Amino acid sequence: MQRVVILGGGVGGTLTANLLVRKLRSRIEQDKVSVTVVDQTGAHVYQPGFMYIAFGAEQEKHLKRPERTLLDRDVHLVVSEVTRIDESSQEVVLANGQNLPYDYLVLATGSRITPEELPFFDQEAHHFYTAGAAARLREALDAFTGGRIVVAIAGMPYKCPPAPLEVSLLIEAELRKRKIREQSEVHFCSPIGRAFTIETVSEMVTPIMERKGVQIHTFFNVEQIDPDRKVIVSLEGEELPYDLLILVPPHHGAKFLVDSGLAPAPGGWLPTDRHTLQVGGRPNVFALGDATDLPLSKAGSTAHFEAPVVAEQVASAVKGIAPDMKTGNYEGNVMCFFETGDNRGTLLQFDYEHPPHPPTPNRLWHYGKLIFNRVYWFTVPQGRV
Amino acid sequence: MTATLTTPVVTRTIDARGSFCPGPLMELIRAIREAAVGDVLEVYSTDAGSRNDIPKWVEKAGHRLVGIETRDGFDAIVVEKLR
Repeated sequence: MQRVVILGGGVGGTLTANLLVRKLRSRIEQDKVSVTVVDQTGAHVYQPGFMYIAFGAEQEKHLKRPERTLLDRDVHLVVSEVTRIDESSQEVVLANGQNLPYDYLVLATGSRITPEELPFFDQEAHHFYTAGAAARLREALDAFTGGRIVVAIAGMPYKCPPAPLEVSLLIEAELRKRKIREQSEVHFCSPIGRAFTIETVSEMVTPIMERKGVQIHTFFNVEQIDPDRKVIVSLEGEELPYDLLILVPPHHGAKFLVDSGLAPAPGGWLPTDRHTLQVGGRPNVFALGDATDLPLSKAGSTAHFEAPVVAEQVASAVKGIAPDMKTGNYEGNVMCFFETGDNRGTLLQFDYEHPPHPPTPNRLWHYGKLIFNRVYWFTVPQGRV
Repeated sequence: MTATLTTPVVTRTIDARGSFCPGPLMELIRAIREAAVGDVLEVYSTDAGSRNDIPKWVEKAGHRLVGIETRDGFDAIVVEKLR
């Protein structure tokens, strides 16, 4: 029996499991191979929906489904936290007391937010990286009647690089709709020297922000919050006052990966081969999604494109054959929607070799995103798209 | 700008080749935030814009640009964390 253990029941782990059983079905039915997903809650969460909760366009109940319902019948599901990975015995030690031996290990453990790292974050700042936080931001926006809203980034890397920019534009549109725009200011702090990291996107979105009066502060990486003076301080040494503060919190990889010696502290991101997705040169350990240290967007889309590569790598290793060089080679593909406000959006599609050339924001890509949010459950985890 | 990259000793290399999002500068900022004062970081970039935007940020953030070396199809930009 060859055992494949996949840690994480998000986009990457679920899709990899489902693709793997398709490739290994006959071996699984003959009890020669097993595929097991370990997830800490047993619930699959669609995180891109959180931002929409903050704008009153989504509810938490639509963003969560039992992981079991998304997995092929031939995938085992274990619901438990992971305590550590014992590489010498090739076992995953679970918090429920069980030890899971593996021959192949797939790490799809995502990222975790750590707002507590920044003093006064919880007291002063809002964010939209959990359903609860997004709902609290909605309440704060409802209570907002005018003043200065600041959107900024307090750690690197973070999930969905366009998200804070989208939030700035969506807030501006909302303030206009509520007729409180004139008594309000919207400020967006970019960590780099332009509005957005991708130059073509920045060139497209900067005039939109200027037209809408969203003020851009470049080279502003938040390092401190001063709650008494209601200002944020950047590591570049500048200050910006706020009335309503929205901060992207710091992110890290799963702690047990550091404790197990697979990922370096303090980030906890797995050293991953950019093409094979092998971890640290280990022939039987792979990673995908937010958990890797690849210089790519931490987004479900990245995991979506990486899962077929991991499935091919693992399936071919199980079969004792060389992986298909096309399917088993990740080229850095990512595809993201980008909301620009006023029911318009665009699409960013790129890989290691090709930068994105986003279309002019239009209604098609805004509604495309809303439709995707709904059809996700029937398409992505099952590998239908 | 060109410099010899043999000294000081590079503490960590960040391979951001082919990174359009988040991009080489964001990868460098992440690494600088994780690094200790005195660490020397080397970032690989295939983005021509890095030759301008990385030095600009390094100056603004109070670190030191050690040098930029063009290699086989990419730039190696070396930065020392000063504070």
